[in-house]
Amino acid sequence: MNPGEFMRRNGSQMLALTSEHLGLVGASMLLAVGIGVPLGVLLVRRPGPGGAVQKLVLGFASVMQTVPSLALFGFLLPVPWLGARGDRSAVVALTLYALLPVVRNTFIGIRDVDPAVREAAIGMGMTGNQLLRQVELPLAMGVILAGIRVAAVTSIGVATIGAAIGAGGLGEFIFRGVASVSNELIMAGAIPAALLAIGADTFLGAVERRLRAVR
Amino acid sequence: MWKGETLVLLGRSGAGKTTALKLINRLLEPTTGDVLVSGRSTRAWDPIALRRRIGYVIQETGLLPHFSVEQNVGLVPRLCGWSAERIRVRVAEMLQLVGLEPAVFGRRHPRALSGGQRQRVGVARALAADPELLLMDEPFGALDPVTRVDLQEQFRALKQRLGKTVVFVTHDLREALFLGTRIALLAEGRLAGVFSPAEFLNTSNPAAAAYVAAFSLRDPRFKGSEGPSPIPEEMTE
Repeated sequence: MNPGEFMRRNGSQMLALTSEHLGLVGASMLLAVGIGVPLGVLLVRRPGPGGAVQKLVLGFASVMQTVPSLALFGFLLPVPWLGARGDRSAVVALTLYALLPVVRNTFIGIRDVDPAVREAAIGMGMTGNQLLRQVELPLAMGVILAGIRVAAVTSIGVATIGAAIGAGGLGEFIFRGVASVSNELIMAGAIPAALLAIGADTFLGAVERRLRAVR
Repeated sequence: MWKGETLVLLGRSGAGKTTALKLINRLLEPTTGDVLVSGRSTRAWDPIALRRRIGYVIQETGLLPHFSVEQNVGLVPRLCGWSAERIRVRVAEMLQLVGLEPAVFGRRHPRALSGGQRQRVGVARALAADPELLLMDEPFGALDPVTRVDLQEQFRALKQRLGKTVVFVTHDLREALFLGTRIALLAEGRLAGVFSPAEFLNTSNPAAAAYVAAFSLRDPRFKGSEGPSPIPEEMTE
């Protein structure tokens, strides 16, 4: 079957799976940023006694990254409500994966804001909240975005495994292709996934460069 | 402190000058005793309100790097909730005051300015909310000698016009003598004495005398009309 023929037969499904894939990644990235950025800020502000909370949270996030992705998807299946639908477990698993780069970069970005700049802002009479919103977050934004970028690109790849637990997405093609020894099917999943990753990387990279240029 | 005076905190590195300054705007809190601002202990002040009432000029890194010149100068008024229009007018006025054309410099970011221009912006920012008290922490320390003298002269003229009370930290005796109405000499965290500039040069206070001697004013190495040779003797053979 030539590529044109393949597209005629499977084009609409490819589109549907691509949008499913984007849905999984998008939802998990929103969650990871929504949880990870505030958590990173909190770790700078309240490191705990001797930095204990800091180490605990960053350690937990690191450990999550070492769990093989297929295993992580599998672990979540028996969890009530979550396991009832493959896409729910997949989103949670992807979020856990994406958390480390987001939390860590937020933490590092804010921690490494020049102390002289921070003190100047406090000396001008900024409250803690103003300091965070007007100084620390804007100055850390380049580093935070770099973390989000890594998380997004990784998630697009890992999300293909979600098909193993019925979460849908481009992994469907890949798993079917592996089962039926069809390179065409594997590529029908792999190529769009790779393009998505490249697209996300390029887009977020451009945003990051813009933000860094403003500093 | 007296209203309208320029009190210079003079001392070597680590003598406690900056610490003393930060006690005034409560970036540091006293472990014992009290620091009074407008007759009230800094600990009794709300630190945020206190800091917004005090102008603060910091060496080199004091400007927020991601803010434009306008935003930096308008910072304290904005924190105090002034209207946008009032801030705009005030910012332009302040930039004019320190000799920076608002139309040229307003939109620039600090890194697009020279060291001298950055310090002017720092002074404009400190004056923007019209504070009675100005704290200046080695504001001209990182500048080249020519720019420094230039800014010192302009600052002295500005000071006479505005009549603010100023606490000025420096380790440079010439700067202290030129700008100060009184000089408080700090040594190893203690106050060694308070002098008028004239007294400082002639006092028998050992710490002050040592300071004067260390400076070229009475430096034996500078004796003689020809001045020091820039080339060591052994190299001229």
